[in-house]
Amino acid sequence: MAEQEYWRWTEYRHHDESIDPRAGAIVAAGIDVGSVSSQAVVTVDDRLYAFSSMRTGSNSPDSATNALNWALEGTGLTPGDLACVVGTGYGRVNIPFADKAITEIACHARGANFMYGPSVRTLLDMGGQDCKIIHCDEQGKVRAFLMNDKCAAGTGRGMEVFADLLAVPIEQVGALSFEVEEEPDPVSSTCVVFAKSEATGLLRRGWPKSKVLAAYCAAMAHRVVTLIERLGIEKEFAITGGIAKNAGVVKRLQRELGVEPLTTTYDAQIAGALGGALFATALVRKGKGRKA
Amino acid sequence: MVTAGIDMGAKWVKVVLLRDGEVIARGKALTGFEQKASAAKALADALGQAGLSADAIDRTAATGAGRKDAPGSPIELTEVTAAALGAVQIERSARTVIDVGAEEGRAIKTTDAGKVVDFAVNEKCAAGSGAFTEAMARALETPVEEIGPLSLQSSQAIPMNAQCAVFAESEVVSLLHARTPKADIARAVHDAIANRIVSMARKVGINEHVVLIGGVARNVGFVDAVERELGLKITVPPDPEFVSALGAALHAAERRG
Repeated sequence: MAEQEYWRWTEYRHHDESIDPRAGAIVAAGIDVGSVSSQAVVTVDDRLYAFSSMRTGSNSPDSATNALNWALEGTGLTPGDLACVVGTGYGRVNIPFADKAITEIACHARGANFMYGPSVRTLLDMGGQDCKIIHCDEQGKVRAFLMNDKCAAGTGRGMEVFADLLAVPIEQVGALSFEVEEEPDPVSSTCVVFAKSEATGLLRRGWPKSKVLAAYCAAMAHRVVTLIERLGIEKEFAITGGIAKNAGVVKRLQRELGVEPLTTTYDAQIAGALGGALFATALVRKGKGRKA
Repeated sequence: MVTAGIDMGAKWVKVVLLRDGEVIARGKALTGFEQKASAAKALADALGQAGLSADAIDRTAATGAGRKDAPGSPIELTEVTAAALGAVQIERSARTVIDVGAEEGRAIKTTDAGKVVDFAVNEKCAAGSGAFTEAMARALETPVEEIGPLSLQSSQAIPMNAQCAVFAESEVVSLLHARTPKADIARAVHDAIANRIVSMARKVGINEHVVLIGGVARNVGFVDAVERELGLKITVPPDPEFVSALGAALHAAERRG
């Protein structure tokens, strides 16, 4: 029997049937090849048209190609129809068909500005292997940022490790962590490796999984709050990246910070790729699109 | 006079029994989740070897993260104090003591009397502890005792980009997929942890002679990596994981009742 992979989250794609890409002037794409997940976003004249999100494979160029092809699936478009492609994320320099590489910090800020509106001033991007705090202006331009990419505490990868340890599918972690009578103290270890041994000890002491998850989500939230406080928080505040979908972390973070994050109907995980597509569109307008 | 030194480590409990300055027995037990019971077991083991009963012990001292749970209402001392005392007892010329255990790493500057001058500790992060090599051994699907000898067969230095044990594990898996020889990966693992430990030691200043203690000192690959990183020969005592327990037993003997 194959072992269940509890960390494995659902890959997805979507395109907006109400938009006719052939009617638009500029069709552009952004591809965010992250350390854990890759997203591709296709925009039509600054409107979100199609997107995909999937796990990054061992090879960045393949991951970028797969994500883009999947986003384009069923749209009738081919990569040749794109006026410009911007690559971002950790694997951005390894996307052969990208016209330009732009840092994920700039792209996330730009994407968040689109998704949450121009009032966003502090952005928390919780990615697979890093965590960033970004201050930006009303145009989505980065003014300052702070990043933790040395340590798995406070990243999606850390949460995956915990989902596996507790045998809880990662998409259920948030909801389950609230099935506790009383909020436990956070686990005391910051380090994911030590937190894991601590959690194993708690399970042996008879703690239910929900309570252990509550203790870990709280510790993760605390870790991120410490990082946020180093740069300071200005309203409005928004969260992007995979962990934005984990209410177990987001609600505890909000409780500790005392600041409510903005909400959006867009998918918070595609912010970087979306920012890339918007930059690509702007490049086309400046006559700096695809080099034929 | 008989004294007992108990080192309540994160992974193992170590006990040393001392009679008039001479080690007469040692005991060891996995800490597990019942550390009180584990400590009692390690102590009983040592007493059995010495052919003594518990009331033969005049004084007990305990160190290590779990020292509050040590049996026999002991005198308590810090890991740093115990490590310096024990290391200098074994190696009189020791001036820098590097102690790497399952979950902590420390560097200690000591006097010839085993008195601590300065120290640095890493206790927050697995990257500078035995937990790191254990996680990497798992990723390499190699028993942790074999990862050291394996690394000595390496023919080339390859860099590890990740510091964090969680990220390093993924990196090891990618290196395996890229068909990098296991020996080279094992060496990269040891170079990474040695780099972390030595940069911590440099903060307190390195004075010869350097003595390496703690369970991780049994790993020949790690010892080799530390020597290359330091550019110095270092000394590893025969039973490096018992040095702090020895320090505790000495401390108990020195304290007048």
